[in-house]
Amino acid sequence: MNTPAFKKETFRDDYTFRNSREAIRRFPFPFAEDEYMYSVNIEQHVSTNPGSVFEHAIDIDEHYIAECEDRRLTLERDPTRYIALPHMMDAQWDMVELIMDSLSTDYPQWFELTKNGDQWHWINKPLEIDQTFTFGDTSTLPMEPFEYITRQVQGDWIIMDHRDDDLFADMGMVTSQADWSIAFDAGMSFKEWHGPVPQANEIGIFDRALKYLLHLQYGSPVRRLNWTMTVNPRLDTSPEEFPLWGPDNASVTPENVGEKVYLRVELQALFRLPRSNAIAFSVRGYLISLDELITYPKWAKRLRRVLTNLHPDLSEYKGLDLYRQTVIDWLEPLEDGAELGLGTQPE
Amino acid sequence: MSILNVKVADVEQVTDMVKHFTLVEENGQPLPRFSGGSHVVVSMNINGRIHRNPYSLMGSPENTDSYHISVRRQENSRGGSVFMHDGIEVGSKLQITYPVNLFSLSKLGKKHILVAGGIGITPFMSQIADLKRLGDDYEMHYAFRSAEHGAFVEQLKQMCGDRLHLHIESEGQRINFNNLLSNQPLGTHIYVCGPEPMVNALLLTAKDLGWPKTHVHSEQFLAPPIGDSFQVQLVKSNMEIEVPGDMSMLEAMEEAGLEPDFLCRGGACGRCEVEVLECDGALMHNDHYLSDAEKASGNKIMPCVSRARCQKLLLNI
Repeated sequence: MNTPAFKKETFRDDYTFRNSREAIRRFPFPFAEDEYMYSVNIEQHVSTNPGSVFEHAIDIDEHYIAECEDRRLTLERDPTRYIALPHMMDAQWDMVELIMDSLSTDYPQWFELTKNGDQWHWINKPLEIDQTFTFGDTSTLPMEPFEYITRQVQGDWIIMDHRDDDLFADMGMVTSQADWSIAFDAGMSFKEWHGPVPQANEIGIFDRALKYLLHLQYGSPVRRLNWTMTVNPRLDTSPEEFPLWGPDNASVTPENVGEKVYLRVELQALFRLPRSNAIAFSVRGYLISLDELITYPKWAKRLRRVLTNLHPDLSEYKGLDLYRQTVIDWLEPLEDGAELGLGTQPE
Repeated sequence: MSILNVKVADVEQVTDMVKHFTLVEENGQPLPRFSGGSHVVVSMNINGRIHRNPYSLMGSPENTDSYHISVRRQENSRGGSVFMHDGIEVGSKLQITYPVNLFSLSKLGKKHILVAGGIGITPFMSQIADLKRLGDDYEMHYAFRSAEHGAFVEQLKQMCGDRLHLHIESEGQRINFNNLLSNQPLGTHIYVCGPEPMVNALLLTAKDLGWPKTHVHSEQFLAPPIGDSFQVQLVKSNMEIEVPGDMSMLEAMEEAGLEPDFLCRGGACGRCEVEVLECDGALMHNDHYLSDAEKASGNKIMPCVSRARCQKLLLNI
């Protein structure tokens, strides 16, 4: 990929976030068919399509610096977006290793890692960080290891302890979430924190997903896509800050829908961690405005069809009810009824 | 499934029956890290037939230069352990899976009691390294038949000091599970690995004393038992295969060119579970994964260790 320079932009207040043409082309459009229902749509998280968001274990794109800055602002307002229960210290260091190894291997132009036994030297050029520390010794970093490293990467991270044939959300850095809270979910079991999701439990999704995840192997990460929609390119759509963004859902009009409404796609990847036997769940969000999305007519038509057919429970759960019809109507002129082939590719 | 190519760097005869193998990455790279209690599955090519046996990793998880496994020679079995003893020497090459942990320490445990019988000591060697690193409270109880069968006793004394309790059967020392389990502080977890009667006795004692299930952990890898041959129809694959007496169903499917999911191959993890669509005889469940009710219902089977005695068996694979 011909990586563009990191952009200066905001995800709050004046919302200057925009995608370049290249970022639109590589957007992980999630709908391969005209209808959408939950499925355990999990595949191996292996490198596919150079240039795509699936090329590397952890994707770094043009929004990297701006997203790290937005995380810093959110943590400054509310430090409880970062939680690590005391028994997760091995998992904290596993995360340092996973992220530093991945970034320095996949993006050597920006990240460098030198290991001399337990003496590690980490250089993050975009964020101007140069840190020497002792792996395993928390006192040699300016903050807890998991907080330290997740301040330097895009997307949310939830680390699940594996015990009692179940997974527990015992650690997390969550500042760009689709209306859920790590402070609320911390310590919950897999089915507890999925409790609010409609329809999925009835069709046995969580039994199968949990069983699959308990068998997840180190060295064989997996991924899936999830999606929702959001008004304004806001990363921090948390329950804690609902008064700041909730009212925006009622602000969509036929005139502003193209610039105000965003499709928000989550690339969710799951990694078994080696020392702790915990599972890291990364939720990397990609935002695209409808104005940007319709540069590819296939995506415009497919999104309209998916929204038209969407189960009412899912529409409500994803918070789309106030503006879904406005979006469908706005996309209507682009609909020619043509049959779209299977697949998510833009053309 | 991720595979590692390793070569044997050292072989040590520990007791008459037990050999200890040191494995290193074939190209000299560090091996993946792991957590205490993990195992790997070793592939062996025995006269053109692939055997895969699980063995616990015994080294310290901190050590990524080499992996350590120990193999007890089992004379009356299908030949994997005999092959490891007679056919593997320094320089031999093997393929192993990435480490998998089905016997992990509970990170919320306030105290950990480890109970090993015979070769069941192996997974505890790496767990002890983790417990020491974390500074956790633990006791190691190690039972074996007689002094000459006590593999790794000297190493354990060094690692555990007075936390080590030896129980030598020939000297009349048997573990009294009732005493051991009766007076433990709240938050204690117990872990057992060893011969089936010992594991079952401990599990039963814990149940009788009212221990929460979540605080009692056991690991037993079963060798696929030898039985009579039988025919299986694999519906999705549109194939009919024969399972010879000395092969498991899983191995027979692999021989036929299929690649079914698996992890432990010892009836413990549940990964290879297959749906039974039809069976006109008896399923012989040998695994520790399915519940008694699931076994009785007859619509699931673990092809790694279980067999069937019937004329017609249809599996949904």
